[in-house]
Amino acid sequence: MYDGGKIIVGLVIGLCLLLSPFFYNAGKAAKEPHPALTAKAKAAKKCVADTAYMRSNHMHLLDDWRQTVVRDNERYMKTADGKVYYKSLQVTCLNCHSNKTKFCDQCHNYLDVKPYCWDCHLVPKENK
Amino acid sequence: MGVDRRQFLKIAGLSALAGLGAKSAFELLAPGKVEAALPLMEGKRWAMVVDMRRMTEGIMKKCSEACDDVHNIPNWGNPKVEIKWIWEEEFKHAFPDQENEYAADEVEHKDFLLLCNHCSNPPCCRVCPTGATWQREDGIVMMDWHRCIGCRFCMAGCPYGSRSFNWFDPRKAPKKLNPDFPTNPEFPTRSKGVVEKCTFCDARLAKGQLPACVEAANKIKKDILIFGDLADHESNVRQALRKHFTIRRKPELGTSPNVYYII
Amino acid sequence: MLDRVIKGGPKYWGWLIFLAFMMTIGFIVYLYQFKVGLGVTGMSRDVSWGLYISQFTYLVGIAAGGVMVALPCYLHDYKAFGRITVLGEFMAIAAVLMCLIFIMVDLGYLPRIVNVIFYPHPKSILFWDMIVLNVYLLLNILIGWNVLAAERKGIHYQKWVKVLIYISIPWAFSIHTVTAFLYAGLPGRHFWLTAIMAPRFLASAFCSGPALLLIICLIVRKVSKFDPGEKQMRTLSGIIAYAFILNIFFFLMEVFTAFYSQIPGHMHSLVYLFAGLDGYGKLVPWMWAFAVASVVALVLLIVPATRRKEDTLLVACIAVIIATWIDKGLGLVIGGFIPDPFDKVFEYWPTTPEILIALGVWATGFFVLTVLFKMAVSLKEEVGA
Repeated sequence: MYDGGKIIVGLVIGLCLLLSPFFYNAGKAAKEPHPALTAKAKAAKKCVADTAYMRSNHMHLLDDWRQTVVRDNERYMKTADGKVYYKSLQVTCLNCHSNKTKFCDQCHNYLDVKPYCWDCHLVPKENK
Repeated sequence: MGVDRRQFLKIAGLSALAGLGAKSAFELLAPGKVEAALPLMEGKRWAMVVDMRRMTEGIMKKCSEACDDVHNIPNWGNPKVEIKWIWEEEFKHAFPDQENEYAADEVEHKDFLLLCNHCSNPPCCRVCPTGATWQREDGIVMMDWHRCIGCRFCMAGCPYGSRSFNWFDPRKAPKKLNPDFPTNPEFPTRSKGVVEKCTFCDARLAKGQLPACVEAANKIKKDILIFGDLADHESNVRQALRKHFTIRRKPELGTSPNVYYII
Repeated sequence: MLDRVIKGGPKYWGWLIFLAFMMTIGFIVYLYQFKVGLGVTGMSRDVSWGLYISQFTYLVGIAAGGVMVALPCYLHDYKAFGRITVLGEFMAIAAVLMCLIFIMVDLGYLPRIVNVIFYPHPKSILFWDMIVLNVYLLLNILIGWNVLAAERKGIHYQKWVKVLIYISIPWAFSIHTVTAFLYAGLPGRHFWLTAIMAPRFLASAFCSGPALLLIICLIVRKVSKFDPGEKQMRTLSGIIAYAFILNIFFFLMEVFTAFYSQIPGHMHSLVYLFAGLDGYGKLVPWMWAFAVASVVALVLLIVPATRRKEDTLLVACIAVIIATWIDKGLGLVIGGFIPDPFDKVFEYWPTTPEILIALGVWATGFFVLTVLFKMAVSLKEEVGA
């Protein structure tokens, strides 16, 4: 091909740049996240939904909550086993899971997810 | 592989349908909602009657403080960027259309308690492009701080100056003026870039509590702020309106404000 | 066609580099505003719209003004204007682009701008403004590009372009009417609550847009081999004259209604603007400058001798731009908020970051304008227009 040498050199440089993050982090696997439950959360045993569902869908649940609470004024929910919860991230969720850095942030930091909920919703003070 | 084009398209189509349906199915199987599990304040047209005959500076101050406390409203100490949901203005500023060089002593130098009027015909809701502010079925003009884009059209539309904008991040308000911020850990702060105003304490109403200002004021003098349902013929507000002459701010604009002042 | 853009002399590149520099400064300062909040501007709880929205309002007028070239050409067969319709359309593109950017920099929560599309609220005039502005931008891009491409190939543009042209003419009227509706329907703002707001906007648009176009045409004639045409500029100057007379007439109508009726709500904003209120009068010198510029423009435009001479016509156009910019870009928006709903005065003045961001947006518009005009003029030079 024409200018074959230049092209191949360019391709190699490009590829190196593209793959550089992987080279940079080679051998340094991030630690698997282990969100820790507070004593209160452990004692409660049950959350608003089961763990598997919450793990993959808590963001959809919260989105549904903010829609139905703020816009439809439907502030309470009943789970399948008859328990009634007040739909609020700050008042209900963080009541049990008051350790944001050891719970919420564990997975969020691992996945580099930065939910903007915390811009407004207050987080209880944790004792480091 | 033995799959011809027609079969492939059928499989692809069905998979797409299944994929689209899966999310809804998930939601159907998720925990259900419940209405009226706990006592809720039911109303069709919330309104407030302010008894200015017995109102004092002290009571008005307590109202503002209660509101600031419950809603984590920051004190910026600068009228340019201040945020106020309930505050005081002199009569001539609260009712500029009531030009009167010889106003009664009773009102001339008195401060009036002002807040969002939760109009029945609110221009702010008309102009909001996203529905971040809207009129609820119970008459409350609500705010959705998840949706507000901060265009401030509602601020231009409000004839009463009831709305404030978060020109900065409220959490960055000077610590000296806000030593206990946030004062209410159960209520969120707002972020910079959204408009806010009084919501007649919708969260408290849902729990069966009166708005914070009403509660604080009535602790000092009973029935100085009367909060009730205009749609209920026999409600406290309807009785008060039948018994006393009241005025509203700028009624000629057709907004139909729901904050009445007994003078 | 775009390749004509990268072939230019040192003055051309110097101008683009200067504009790019201003754009960069504006962008960096915007990042600061994005991080800290709109509090870095001069806007306040009382004057909640300021420089950004006022510039947006002025530029919608400039964008609509391009129709004053298209209308006579396509609806009244005034073929002479056919030479410069593309220039009008390209100016409209740059102007609408600036409008959209000014709205974006004014938003408190810009990432949520898509909410206007996700949660449409047809009762809100902003919803319609978004639609009409974006469609107008698209129309002008499609029309301008295709007409120019046809000219380059020496053929007539295709029939479907004619359909778009016929749509774009009333559409230009609509963009500024809708923008006027943003203001004219608000019950609490008596300075804006006037039926004449949309007509006033249109009159102002139809003199400021063509005036800017004329100034740019004079520059084009100086720096290139393309001459927009003596006849064209003469007709354009006539349009500017009539539109400006109408604009001033409408303004004086407002003054009459306010001061003959003596209703405080109607008078107060004008008093603040032209005399000061409660001791506050930051805008007074500006508004009187508007008055002086208006008189200068009126005289130079009405007197045939000065209207026909190029140098006095240039002065007249500059005066028109100054007058309309002060009237719409400063007086209108700020005057609407002062006095506030409590009849108090809280003054507004743009801060340095605000001005730098605004200049950055203007620079962006002029960058696009320069690039598009370079392309159009180069192509017209080549076909020997």
